[in-house]
Amino acid sequence: MLKSFRIGGVHPPGNKLSKGAGIVTMPVPETVVIPLSQHIGAPATAVVAKGDTVKVGQLIGKSAGFVSSNIHSSVSGTVTSIDPVVDGSGLRKPAITIRVEGDEWVDTIDRSDTLVRECTLTPSEIIARIADAGIVGMGGATFPTQVKLSVPQGKKAEFLILNGVECEPYLTADHRVLLEHGREVAVGADILCRALGVDKAYIGIEANKQDAIDYMEKVCADHPHLEVVPLKVKYPQGGEKQLIDAVLRRQVPSGALPIDVGAVVQNVGTALAVYEAVQKNKPLIERVVTVTGKSLDKPSNLKVRIGTSIRTLIDYCGGLPEDTGKVIGGGPMMGRAMANLDGPVTKGTSGVLLMRENQSLRPEAQVCIKCAKCVSVCPMGLEPYMLSKLGKHRMFAEMEPRHVTDCIECGSCAYTCPAALPLLDYIRLGKAEVMKMIRARKG
Amino acid sequence: MKKLIVSPSPHIHGSDSTKRLMRDVLIALIPAFAISVIVYGTSVVKVTAVAVISCLLFEYLIQRFLLGGKSTLGDYSACVTGVLLAFNLPSSIPVWLVILGSLVAIGVGKMSFGGLGRNPFNPALVGRVFLLISFPVQMTSFPIPEGVDSLTGATGMDASSGATPLAFVKEALKSGKSVSELMPDLSMADMLLGYKAGSLGEIAALALLMGFAYLLVRKVITWHIPVSVLGSMALFSGILWAVNPEQYMNPLFHLLSGGAMLGAIYMATDYVTSPMTQRGMVIYGIGIGVITILIRVFGSYPEGISFAILIMNAVVPLINKYVKPRRFGLAK
Repeated sequence: MLKSFRIGGVHPPGNKLSKGAGIVTMPVPETVVIPLSQHIGAPATAVVAKGDTVKVGQLIGKSAGFVSSNIHSSVSGTVTSIDPVVDGSGLRKPAITIRVEGDEWVDTIDRSDTLVRECTLTPSEIIARIADAGIVGMGGATFPTQVKLSVPQGKKAEFLILNGVECEPYLTADHRVLLEHGREVAVGADILCRALGVDKAYIGIEANKQDAIDYMEKVCADHPHLEVVPLKVKYPQGGEKQLIDAVLRRQVPSGALPIDVGAVVQNVGTALAVYEAVQKNKPLIERVVTVTGKSLDKPSNLKVRIGTSIRTLIDYCGGLPEDTGKVIGGGPMMGRAMANLDGPVTKGTSGVLLMRENQSLRPEAQVCIKCAKCVSVCPMGLEPYMLSKLGKHRMFAEMEPRHVTDCIECGSCAYTCPAALPLLDYIRLGKAEVMKMIRARKG
Repeated sequence: MKKLIVSPSPHIHGSDSTKRLMRDVLIALIPAFAISVIVYGTSVVKVTAVAVISCLLFEYLIQRFLLGGKSTLGDYSACVTGVLLAFNLPSSIPVWLVILGSLVAIGVGKMSFGGLGRNPFNPALVGRVFLLISFPVQMTSFPIPEGVDSLTGATGMDASSGATPLAFVKEALKSGKSVSELMPDLSMADMLLGYKAGSLGEIAALALLMGFAYLLVRKVITWHIPVSVLGSMALFSGILWAVNPEQYMNPLFHLLSGGAMLGAIYMATDYVTSPMTQRGMVIYGIGIGVITILIRVFGSYPEGISFAILIMNAVVPLINKYVKPRRFGLAK
């Protein structure tokens, strides 16, 4: 029997329209807009000025704290502004705009395709290179990778788990990365193991990607510490806590971190970026993005320079279809709807999903019939109907003892609700308010 | 460029809707309905139609003139109440009683609490129990199905009426007969297939089980409530039977007689009036099973599952308060 997490879960249709589309490298755009905050934590500080010329891979934003990340130029050209720019959310965010001139790379970057397996760096050297390269969690969470690799004193990492689950419908970027860069990913895993001082790594892949499972099993023959774990297709299998439960049969307690059960989870895209940073000296300046949708001409997987506008990607795949109602950054379960198409691709952009107009509006909400489906699908074992009701009535204090802060916002409850109630909207509201209360209490 | 729609995630919704769930319950009841028509004839269609139409009409009128708000007629929940109420009535019941029962079911059982989703008690059972207590003669006179030997022993019936197996057994045991004397009169096969006297929807145990399979496949309900109701009935009656098989009926008889199947699969599983967690459902189901056997064996009514469900309905808020889902992070 395939492994899976033990509580709840739903089965949305996969709709992996672009799974057969090999990764295509997008042409370098004319301008890029590189936000200074593409990660969780403090925004980076700009270290270039308007009018400066930059090369591909040059540091342009410096990490501004322990939880922060470096930002590099993804193109060569001239900095035209360091001003806030409206991004896909419709809000103004500090960003560096660069006009592209040619494609001149920093000369320390090894741009060849040769696989470099050997790594003799010490753990701290590896972590330093990863920090220098500005690598963050590329599954969408964008947590700075070097922080995740710095195991706090008194705790010990036992296992590395690579997340190749890609349980979000439509998205195929990780799937293609495994198929086309599986060897690099495996070396990335070796390097991560070395940095963590662990000698066992698993790579979790959902059973709907049999070709990736087969290929990675072949690759693993050369990597004795790495083992493929085929997983049942069930959402949110790729949630960090769910994946650990599925692979290790260990549950991260409420409020604790994966490291508390000896696990460190990294996305497969992150492992590829780690390989490139450590072995090829290449900072995180491009990533694979799935561009997809039922009406889109050519659902694709594109290798894109960070800072390329979403509109450019859509145009490259055949243009925005007439019937588009919603454009989502990420997958349909947890992605964010964009207010405009001018925002840039960032380190965390795993996909751009175009929803047809008739798929874009929510069904009309009915009354709760207490069917208990939200309770049975909640992967955290919460009571969404109750939390949502409390949130709606702004009874936030009541939500804390009901563990609202455990909610991972996966949306399984709202997805499954036969009454189409906006359960997660109210839970999210309550969760934010409870977090505020907790912070205030801590002073 | 036209405006993009922006809303929080999730951006897709599953195929479940209240309407689909209710429709599936109606579909699941078709086999039992068909058997009932075969056994009792067209009066079954009449009683069911009157109950459904009355339930819809009363819901409409109450919503329109008393309660206000959006009409819930389209979600089929009133249809389900109507069909389930009919299934709990004898096919020979006068039409005016069906209408009165529907009024109580919808008016008192459902709308007086604010309508769908807010009622603490199963509306169809509120209607049935009201009729049972107020009109006991009409509610316990069952036509004898063609080709079935009349079970006698119940009193106060005219010649064309027969006793249900439960009533027959209750009378006989009370009059001092032993179980082995009764067994020749009871055919388990007939009880399984539906050739017995009873409420029009409860007789066909096998057909009701087929509907259960359909509901499980369609994920309308989970196994927890039906299995714990029937399982605890079997266990409890089995213990009694093991202690004295001459005084107590065997578990199979209890599962195949009366409203056990109809109650466990279709009445106790009513979403609104059952617990929100799977462990809660099991506790609730066991409560129903035990109370049912208590009433059947030691109470004055031959059948008690309607009362058992209503009693446990009242306990549901308490179960929801204390029985919580298994939270993530507590497993080893």
